[in-house]
Order: sequence, then C-alpha cells, then structure tokens
Amino acid sequence: MATLTYRDALNQALREEMQRDPNVFLMGEEVGVYQGAYKVSRGLLEEFGPQRIVDTPIAELGFAGIGVGAAMGGLRPVIEFMTWNFAVLALDQIVNSAAKMLYMSGGQINMPIVFRGPNGAALQLSSQHSQAWESWLAHIPGLKVVAPATPADAKGLLKSAIRDNNPVIVLEGEMLYNLKGDVPDGEHIVPIGRADLKREGTDVTLVCHSKTLAVALKAAEQLAEQNVSAEVLDLRSLRPLDEAAILESVKKTNRAVVVEEGWPHAGIGAQIVDLIQRDAFDDLDAPVQRITQADVPMPYNKLLERAAKASPEKVVAAARRVLYLD
Amino acid sequence: MATKVHMEALSPTMEEGRLVKWTKHEGDPVKSGDTLAEVETDKAVMELVARADGQLLKVMVPEGTTVPVGNVVAWIGKAGEKVDGAGSQESGAGAAKSAPAAAVSKPAPAPTPVPKPAPTPAVPAPVAAQADATRVKASPLARRIAKESGVDLKLVQGSGPGGRVIKRDVEAGATQTQAAAPAPSSRLPAPSGVPYEDVPLTQIRKTIAKRLATSLGPIPHFFLTTEIDMERAAEAREALNKQLGEEGGKISFNDIIIKAVALALVQHRACNAWFQDDHIRYWNEVHIGMAVAIEDGLITPVIRNADLKSLREIGAESRELAGRARNRRLKPEEYTGATFSVSNLGMFDIDQFTAVINPPEAGIVAIGSIVAKAIPDGERVVVRRRLRLTMSCDHRVIDGATGAVFLKTLKQMLENPLAMLL
Repeated sequence: MATLTYRDALNQALREEMQRDPNVFLMGEEVGVYQGAYKVSRGLLEEFGPQRIVDTPIAELGFAGIGVGAAMGGLRPVIEFMTWNFAVLALDQIVNSAAKMLYMSGGQINMPIVFRGPNGAALQLSSQHSQAWESWLAHIPGLKVVAPATPADAKGLLKSAIRDNNPVIVLEGEMLYNLKGDVPDGEHIVPIGRADLKREGTDVTLVCHSKTLAVALKAAEQLAEQNVSAEVLDLRSLRPLDEAAILESVKKTNRAVVVEEGWPHAGIGAQIVDLIQRDAFDDLDAPVQRITQADVPMPYNKLLERAAKASPEKVVAAARRVLYLD
Repeated sequence: MATKVHMEALSPTMEEGRLVKWTKHEGDPVKSGDTLAEVETDKAVMELVARADGQLLKVMVPEGTTVPVGNVVAWIGKAGEKVDGAGSQESGAGAAKSAPAAAVSKPAPAPTPVPKPAPTPAVPAPVAAQADATRVKASPLARRIAKESGVDLKLVQGSGPGGRVIKRDVEAGATQTQAAAPAPSSRLPAPSGVPYEDVPLTQIRKTIAKRLATSLGPIPHFFLTTEIDMERAAEAREALNKQLGEEGGKISFNDIIIKAVALALVQHRACNAWFQDDHIRYWNEVHIGMAVAIEDGLITPVIRNADLKSLREIGAESRELAGRARNRRLKPEEYTGATFSVSNLGMFDIDQFTAVINPPEAGIVAIGSIVAKAIPDGERVVVRRRLRLTMSCDHRVIDGATGAVFLKTLKQMLENPLAMLL
C-alpha cells in the first residue's frame, strides 16, 4: 500500500498492464515526449519506447479510428483524449465503430479498447471545456463507462478497463489528478459494475460518482453536524450500473439524493431516479432529489461557475428536503 | 382591491363548514377555479375554490376551525396589497341570518373559535377523525408501514408537504394505536379510571342530530309491521345469481327489496310523497334513498328511478354508491332528492326495527334479517325463510290504510317475485 496521487495511480495501472501484456499500447496527443498533458504517462515513453507510447497529431477522429482498427487486429489500445471535450470529435469512432463492432460482426470481432481522459469542469475553462459527458456515453449500448473518484479506484478500474474485451470509457478529472490516497500495490483490480459505499449512514443515501464524491462526503459531514446520518454511495461504474447497491442503500435509508456533474436534463441521475422509483417504490419516504450542474453552458466567471456547480450546500439542502427537515 | 373568500354553502343544507386543510398557502399565486381549501360540510369533504385571480394574501381561518357559511376565510389580491385583518368578523349573508352565530359580532380577532376537535390532547398526531374524508397523501414507505402495522392512514396526521403522511407520522400513529388497542372505544371504557370520553360532534353527526330531531319530534310517526315470506324471492335470487355466474355482479336481497319497494310505490303514489309545510308533493318519479352506515354516521345515497332499473343495475349502482359513501366521496346531488327510503339492518341479525323518517320524505321501510322459521301450512309445519319489515309513515301524508295497502302490494311482490314483471 502506498499513498499516491490519482495521476500516479493511473500511471501505475498503465505501466503494470503494459508490462503484463505486450499488446497494450497508449496513443494520444502529447502522451510521449511531453509525458501527457496531465503527466499521466510520465516515464512510459522511456520504458516502453515510441512503438507503444504513440504521440499523435491533433486529430481525435483519426487516432480514435486507428485505435479501433488496432483493437480489431488484436491489440489492446488505450486512447488518451486530452479532455473529453475534444473527444466529441471522435464520437463517430466511439459510437459507430467501437460500440457496435461486436454486435454488427455477429460476435466475431472483439473491441478491447480504452478511451480515457479528464471529463467535466475544472476551474474557469468556460463553456466549451467544462463538460461532463457521462450521460451521452452511458447512453450507448456496447460501451462500458467508469468514473473513478479515488486513486485506488482509478488504478483498479483502469486495469479492469484494459483487460476488458469491450470498449470501456474511463472518465477522469483534471481536479482529481492531484488527489492523494492509499493505493494497493501490484494486482489491484476493481471490477466494472460495482459501486462502493464510501460512507455508511442510516437517514439518506447520497448517490455520486467521480468529482461529486468529494461533494457528497463534505455534505455528509455537514449533515452529521445536524444529526443526520448520510450514506455516500460512489457508483464508480455508470454502465453497467450497480443497481443492487443503489436499491439496497435506498431500502435502508428510504431517501435519496443523486449528485452529478452533468446537466439535469436526461442526466445520469434521471436514470437512477427511474430505477429507484420502479424498484424501491415502497421503500421511499420522499421523492428523490437531484443535484446537477445548472442547466446552462458553464459560465467562465468564477462566481457564476461556482453557483452553477453541484456543491455540498446544495446537497445538504436537498437532503434536508427529503428528510422533511425544512 | 382585494377580494374576500367566503365560506360557501357547498351542500344544500350546509350552514357551517370545518376547514380541513388549506391547499394553498399565504403568498401562493391563485387562479379563479383553483382549489383553495378542503372543507368538511355536513355531508362530505368538498373543495373551496378561488373566485378571483391573484395571490392568496391572507388566510383568516386556521385548519380545523369551523366557520359559518358566509364568513370571510381568506383574501385574494395583488401581491403586497393590504387587506383588512378584521374581515374575519364580517358577517356573510348566511351567517347574519342565524342569530347566535358566534363569530358574527364579537370583536375577537379569531374567527369562530370552535376548538379543534382533537379528542386526545398532548399528542400531536391525534386519532381525530378529522382527516378521514380526504384522499390520504402518503409516501409509499408510509403506506407500506401502515399496511404492515395495521395503522389506518386516514387517522394519521401528515407532517410532510401538503399534509403528506410520511414514515415518522405512521410510526407515531402506530405507537398510539398500540397504546389504544386494548380498549376499542365502542366497547368497555378504558380501565384507566376515566368514566367517559367527550368527543365533539363532527359536522355529519351534528347534521344527523339536527335533522332527525326534526323528524321523530315534529313528525307524527306511526309504524306498520308485516312478515313476508321470502322463500320464493330467495329461490329467484339463487337462480338469477346462478345464471349470472361468472359474470359477477350478484343480486342481493337488498337489491330485490329496493326494486320491489320502487315498483310498489309506482302503484301507490300516496306513499311516494314529500310533506312541504303547506303542501304535499306527490312524486311521479321514484327515487329510493338507501341508508348506508359509514364511519361516524350514516348517509342515504339515492338510486334514481329505481322502478325503471333492472336488478342488476340496482345492484351495481348501490354497491358503487355505498362504496363511495363510505369514503365520503358522494356529491350532494347523489344523496339528496330521494322520494322514499329503505334501511336494512338484516346483516346485523336484527329481527325487526323502526326507522326514523328522513324528511321531507313521508315514509321509510326498515328491513330485518331473513330468518328460517317454522310456519303452519295447513295441517303441516314447514320451514320457510321469513322477513319482518316495518314501515314508518308520516301521518300528515300517509294514513294507516294507505300505508297498509302499499305494504300489501310490497308483500305480494316479494312473496311472488314474478309479480314484479306485471
């Protein structure tokens, strides 16, 4: 066990998987000589050489397509997008090629590819560079989507993603890369599709993932001061979704608040609310509440940006609503 | 200029209403036609609707308070508009007439200070029957817990938004129910030493008291009893139900009796009448009021034109009306306008009883149990199913002989159901 940053946990996962399987390679903008825009690939070019750590031009659709072809040919590409905002250009390869290859080839062609990079807002990157795409991506049958919130989960989920024979989207976060945490050494695997109870509680379930874990944990602390015991469930995987874990928690607490980075309309939280109302109806004591980004392009202005984002205060207020405390 | 919201007469006989719940609150925007509050009238819980657009500026009457018809209960106007706080004492048209209406002239700031009918003080979630008539809003979890613990949600006061019953309310209710469970109020008094329990009259109980006191007192009642052989009616009923079979919608004795009474009235218009102070109104249509016991009272939903309806139609309609009567969801026009009534206590093993006339009707028949009896038949004794039926008559309308011939026809019809086909 070592204390690592999220960035270094990802780096460790990449290194271990490339050591383990010569078919694994990393490709993307600035991943080699510059060692990654966020230094996730530090030291990898030196260790594995330019054949396996491939710098690309600024051409997302092109290198995503090369990755898809490589995966069809039996390699295990890891495609890094500098951010998921730029990956919009590569969606055709992700959605139309990677996600559908196994299905449209009648099960003949596997697609063991990972698309990874930071997702969602950082600080003052404005509307075009502050977007959280998980509801888009999780919408697509054929894709798996994970969004680790801690260094340990980042390592374990990236390793699972690389070993998976299906296309896996790994959503990281610029604001997460410096986050430190204990990371098990060596073979640490977090299975895809398994949520994690990050804090136990009895009164309300806060469902979160990625950066909103920190928001939910902070809200839980504030709620504890108000004698409310909040349970924090980190989804980790958005597709497949750990429905059993969500239902189990809601059956215990009878109330839920879903926190996400994305916009409200047709967001991930809507999917979770759908699940809860259908399969935990008789356990609900209050309508489920959602906390999302405001339904606007992310403002550049610092105060407006803060106001638009999910915050612990908003989560606390929502939790009090489902507890009928106000 | 702000508009007053008055307590309206929401039923034909309503003189005061208890404000069960405000569905809009001060500051809420309202449009004409929006429901402002739920009001318990003498018969049912009705909706008080807005007659103006704007904002609900001020609520003059707290929930649970009883207010005479015509009194101001709220103000609607433009946001920020000032309203006259003394408006609550203003006598509306209805209140002004009834002289002793408490709130009319007193300068007290509160409207009619009828105490909240919460019989159990000191407990915030009372077992009061006050919310019993509204559709209960409850969280799914509260419903489940209530079902599992046998708590009647209607008796639980909801503390959630809009009065929603939530988990904590049911749990509070469950402990209370458990505490109270060993001594159901209708049986022996609690052993705790309290010799009696004072329960305020609910609106419906008040109405029953008032209306029936205008019956047996002022109305010169007399009673005619006859015993009817129900053997053939029973056979006919069995045959009909066998034929209906899986189709459902069984015919009950009550349905047969209602039909027979209606047909007999067609032949004896003298009994199908209303006494109206200076005149008697003989009805050409037959509308049978059917007394239905409900929680805390009774109500008589009306089967209109019962003489023209088939047994199956009467059966379906009476079941439907009785169901809604028990939920107190009848509309005023569904429990008014009967020309004659039937009250049946047969299911309670009552051999025979006399029913109190429901004015202005001139008669009512009281139905006892159908009992197997040994009856002489020539030299032999046979066992027959028999029914004792008593008719109460308003002597101002019906004379002894008039009632007797009506009963004779009714008896013939029930003893020979084929006569109903004539």
